[in-house]
Amino acid sequence: MRNPLSQTIVSIKPSGIRKFFDIASERKDTISLGVGEPDFDTPWHIRDEGIYSLEKGKTFYTSNSGLIELREEISKYYRRRFNISYDPRKEVIITVGGSEAIDIALRAMIDPGDEVIIPQPSYVSYEPCAILAGAKPVIIELKNEDDFRLTAQELLDAVTDKTKILILPFPNNPTGAIMEKEDLEKIAKICIEKDIFVLSDEIYAELTFKNDHVSIASIPGMKERTIVINGFSKAYAMTGWRLGYAMGPEEIITQMTKIHQFAIMCAPTTSQYAAVEALRNGDDDVRMMKKSYDQRRKFLMNAFHEMGLPCFEPFGAFYVFPDIREFRMTSEEFAFALLDAQNIAVVPGTAFGDSGEGFLRISYAYSIEKLRTAMERIALFIGELRNGK
Amino acid sequence: MREEILNFIEKNSRVDLKEVAVCLGMTEIDVANELAAMESEGIICGYHTLIDWDKVTEERIHALIEVRVTPQRGKGFDEIAERIYKYPEVNSTYLISGGYDLLVFMEGKTLREISSFVSQKLSTLDSVISTTTHFVLRKYKDNGVIFNKKSEDERMIMTL
Repeated sequence: MRNPLSQTIVSIKPSGIRKFFDIASERKDTISLGVGEPDFDTPWHIRDEGIYSLEKGKTFYTSNSGLIELREEISKYYRRRFNISYDPRKEVIITVGGSEAIDIALRAMIDPGDEVIIPQPSYVSYEPCAILAGAKPVIIELKNEDDFRLTAQELLDAVTDKTKILILPFPNNPTGAIMEKEDLEKIAKICIEKDIFVLSDEIYAELTFKNDHVSIASIPGMKERTIVINGFSKAYAMTGWRLGYAMGPEEIITQMTKIHQFAIMCAPTTSQYAAVEALRNGDDDVRMMKKSYDQRRKFLMNAFHEMGLPCFEPFGAFYVFPDIREFRMTSEEFAFALLDAQNIAVVPGTAFGDSGEGFLRISYAYSIEKLRTAMERIALFIGELRNGK
Repeated sequence: MREEILNFIEKNSRVDLKEVAVCLGMTEIDVANELAAMESEGIICGYHTLIDWDKVTEERIHALIEVRVTPQRGKGFDEIAERIYKYPEVNSTYLISGGYDLLVFMEGKTLREISSFVSQKLSTLDSVISTTTHFVLRKYKDNGVIFNKKSEDERMIMTL
């Protein structure tokens, strides 16, 4: 029999932490700090709207690009929050999570041999999606000493004649890093000079704890070369609803819609109705959740400070990324040892790229009570490591 | 600053000062001073414990009593409300708009205790025109807390 499989897909390695994940899942009473989704339930009024849409029999396909009411609300939302205007009829598409948007954006823009620049540590899907689209991924290793921001020099060093897209994953999962306006302006200048497009993944845009998030698309000259990706999972605690969106130049959105039409048809109708309610009446929920994350973030930073574990102060998302290099173990060894000794599960930084080596991703999408217990145990653990036990 | 502290401790008054200070980005001394000031100003009126008495063997019966009263000249409802809220059996007393005037929450050990309070003490007050007593059969949610809610984390242990 012939090999049934595509060599492209076989050559993509599965998500790095499979083994660790399997072992951690089998243990009982583990305190996990490994989750990449909010601990809040979707606010009730949003769920209620989803239920109501079902009661009214809204159980059919929507248009390929999504309910026009929802696209209009998204357009208003981006104008209101981030000062960019998109035409809801031509420049917005509703997708199955931000993940689908990333995939179809890359497929709509890449020809074989094009290069896609991916700063890491970052979310795990950019590299495989770029490869599946036929691109050559070019990795930039972000550095702790830059607070894991992308610098202009790093970008310049990675650009070649074949560079087509820069992926800009800020606020960042797993580091919690953000890019501020001045940082983005330097990146924008290079993108314009070198004629590079930007895929700006802004799924954590509502969760910034310094200034409000700035989208690179709002910088003059950038809107026409940027695809903005966002969604409802993180800001509105709607992960299971699987709803995201992309916004950008009409010609790109049109081609993305084509792929979306053939592969997906349309995003889930119930989720779309719920999302309209989220954007119309959800600002207070976002504010409440953000405030709670910020308190936990401060709690963790203080806990690390007290145990003498270095950690740059992250101003975005809901992760901290402490530095464990002093213990001379790999991230994965450290995570396994911590699980063994104290039953705490954290994600090794290497799950997000080689440059995550020496770091851990700790999520604070947990109650303070749980974080308090976890920090006590981590303090015990590193105390023992330092005493050579 | 005060509102931030109040919001933080509203759901959990037992957190220690240091934790309040760390999470709100304040100093411990500031938090302690503000708490003391708010206690003496009567902004913070108590630190209670929310108990699901149904899970404890000791019987407790709760009732809501709607009371219609005749307001008194010059004093309105205040004097009759005071007559009522001074009884130790009474947990809360609210003046209400709508079909009746005062809503009284009370707690007793038996049905008889509550009914005798209503018939002998409450109804016999001069200004009280009528009462309607509702016994609580079950508390599902109290002070924003859902009783009997399963609290395990349904998320997968690790997601990227």
